[in-house]
Amino acid sequence: MKINLNVDVHHLTRIEGHGNIKVKVENGEVKDARWDVIETPRFFEAMLKNKHYTTAGILAARICGICSISHSLCSITATERAFGVAVPLPAEKLRLLAKHGETLQSHVLHVLFLAAPDFFAEPSVIPLIEKRPDVVAIALRLKGFANRLCDAVAGRTTHPVTFQVGGVTAAPTKKDLLAYKAEMEGLLADLTAVAELVATLEIPDFVRETEFVSLKGDTDYPFIGVKVGSSDGVFKDSMDYLSITNEYVDPENTSKWTKLSRESYAVGALARVNNNYALLRPEAVKVAEALKLSPVCHNPFMNNVAQVVESVHAAYEIIRLIDELLESDLGHLMGDVTPKAGEGVGAVEAPRGILFHHYDYDDTGRIIKANCVVPTTQNNANIHLDIRSFARQFAVKGMTDARMELLCSMLVRSYDPCLSCSVH
Amino acid sequence: MKYLGIETQKPKIAIFDFTSCEGCQLQLVNKEETLADFLAAVEVVNFREASSARSDDYDIAFIEGAVSRNDEVKRLTAIREKAKVLVALGTCACFGGVNKLKNEFEMKDINRDVYGKNPKETLWVRSVGEVVKVDLEIPGCPVSKNEVEAIVRHVILGAPFTFPVYPVCVECKQRFTSCLMEKGQLCLGPITRGGCNAPCSVGGTGCWGCRGPATDPNYDSFFAVTADRGFSKEDVAERMGFYGTFQEVQNR
Repeated sequence: MKINLNVDVHHLTRIEGHGNIKVKVENGEVKDARWDVIETPRFFEAMLKNKHYTTAGILAARICGICSISHSLCSITATERAFGVAVPLPAEKLRLLAKHGETLQSHVLHVLFLAAPDFFAEPSVIPLIEKRPDVVAIALRLKGFANRLCDAVAGRTTHPVTFQVGGVTAAPTKKDLLAYKAEMEGLLADLTAVAELVATLEIPDFVRETEFVSLKGDTDYPFIGVKVGSSDGVFKDSMDYLSITNEYVDPENTSKWTKLSRESYAVGALARVNNNYALLRPEAVKVAEALKLSPVCHNPFMNNVAQVVESVHAAYEIIRLIDELLESDLGHLMGDVTPKAGEGVGAVEAPRGILFHHYDYDDTGRIIKANCVVPTTQNNANIHLDIRSFARQFAVKGMTDARMELLCSMLVRSYDPCLSCSVH
Repeated sequence: MKYLGIETQKPKIAIFDFTSCEGCQLQLVNKEETLADFLAAVEVVNFREASSARSDDYDIAFIEGAVSRNDEVKRLTAIREKAKVLVALGTCACFGGVNKLKNEFEMKDINRDVYGKNPKETLWVRSVGEVVKVDLEIPGCPVSKNEVEAIVRHVILGAPFTFPVYPVCVECKQRFTSCLMEKGQLCLGPITRGGCNAPCSVGGTGCWGCRGPATDPNYDSFFAVTADRGFSKEDVAERMGFYGTFQEVQNR
C-alpha cells in the first residue's frame, strides 16, 4: 500500500515568530513540502536611515528580543569599523562576557524550554515543572544566572544599555565579577547534567548534506570577528558579506532566502562547531565526543547538541574572561569617537548564527544606507529544503500524519529559528 | 497560589504577538527565581512562543507588538471578542514603539528599498489601542517582569493596580546615579513614567522614554532645561519620537 500524508501546521509553536509547515504525500510521492515564513515584515533597514550613530545601536537591538546583545554589538561594531574607532581592551572583554552570557541563556532556553518538551511528549515546559522538576530546576538556575550576568554587564539582558560606540558606559564592580565567577563554577555540574540528559534523547537519524557558514577563528572560537568561512571551502572578509549571503526574495515568504555554493546554506551552533571544532575548549570537546558530534555533521537535529557543546564552551570562557577582567583596569572603558563618512560591516555570531550589519555614514555621523543580514534569514531556505528532503526520506510505511507533523516541527525547532529577526 | 490559606482564583491567560521583537514575551519566562510560582498562579492556555497547547477559552489576553498588516487587524479583532480583559504588553503594543519610525517614510519607497520588485503587504503602524479597546496598558521596552508580576498579583487578589505617578528620575536617584544631564547627556528621565528602576540612566545611556509620560509631566520646565543645556529642539524631538510615546507634545 502506498502512503498518503497530509501535514498542515499553521503558526508553528515554540519558536520565535510565525511560520508554516506543509507536507502533502500522495501514493508515496511527495507532492508538496514547504517551510514558509509569514511573519509581518518590519522594515528596520528603512528605520535606520538618517539615524545618528548614537541611536543606531539602540534601534538595532530592537530587531530581536532574544539576541538583542548580538544585534547591539554587531551594530556598534559596524559603526566603529566605519569610523576607525579603537575600543579599549577591557571594554571588548566586557562585551564578550555579555555575549557569552547571551549564548548561554539563549541555548539553555532553546534546548530545555523549547526543544526538550518534544522529547518528553509534552506541549511545553509547564507540565515538566511537576514531571521533571530536576530538569526544570537546572534550566532555571542556568538561565537565571546567565540573565543576571548580562544584566550586570550589559545593564539589561533584553535590549542592553551599556554598549555604545567607542566602548561600554558602565561596568560591574570587581567584587560582583568575582561573585559571578564563583557562581559559574558552581553551575558547571548543572551543565554536565544537561549533557547527560541530552545523551539520553533520541535524535532522529536524518542527514541532508549542506554548506555551513560561520565566522572563522584563528586562535579563538569566534563570536565577534572579521573572517568568514564555509564548510565548502569559501573564505572571505566580512566586508564581502554580500557575495556570501546572496539574498533573494521568495514570493511565498516575507523572510528573504540566501545561498552560497549550493541551493542553500546553514548557520548557527552546528555551523560554528563544524567550522571551528579545533578551537573549542577541551571541556567542550569532551562533551561533543560524549554526544557523538564530530565535524562535519550534516544532521540538522544535532544543532541541539551543538548548543549544549557551546554552552559548556561559553561557561568556561566566562570564567576565563572574568579572571582577565579582575586583572584589568576597569577605569578606562570608552575610546575616542569621531564620526566620518564611510562604510563599516559588523559580523557577530548570534546564538542562531552569523549576523551582519552594514552601515554607510555621512560625515555628520548619520546613516545614509543600512543593510542587515540576520541568522534565520540565512537558514530559512535550508530549512525549506530540509523539510522537502525529510518528507522524501520519511514518507514510508508506518508513518502517520501526527508523527510526520511532530518530526517536521522538531526539525524546524532544531534550528532555533527567530522569525521576527528574519523579517527585520 | 494561596493567600492567608485561601486558594486564589486562577485566571486563564493567553499571550499573542504582533509586529514586535517578542522580547516582552521573553520577559514572562525570565525572573527565574519566581517563574514556577508565577506559572502556578495563572493558567496559561495559549502562548505560542512557549507551548503547543492552544485554547481560545481565556480571561486575559496579553497583546505584544504593534499592528502593521491586515491579517493582524483581523486576528486582534477576533481576540478582542473572546477576551474578557485585553492587556497591551510593552511599548510597541501601548504606543506603536520603534515601529512607528516606519511611518516617517512612504510605504512604497521602503518596500522597494527592502524587497525590490517583490513588495510585501504592509500598513502604517498603529498601537493596539488604535485598533481595538484596551483595558490595561503595561509599557516598557521591554516590560519589567517585576511590574508584570505585581499586576498579575493584583488581578488575582482583586485589588486595583496603580502605576507610579513619579518620573524615572526618582528611581535613578534611589540608585545613587549622578545626573546624566549634569554630564552633558540628553535624558528623558524627568518626564518619563517610573517603574522600570532606571536601568538605562544607571547604565549610562540616558532615558529614551519607552514607558511614556509620567503623570502630569512638567514639559515647559523640561524644554527650558534642555534648551539651557544646549540641546537643539530637533535633538529633543528626535529623542521623544523614538518610541512614539510623546506624540502629543514632541513637536511643541
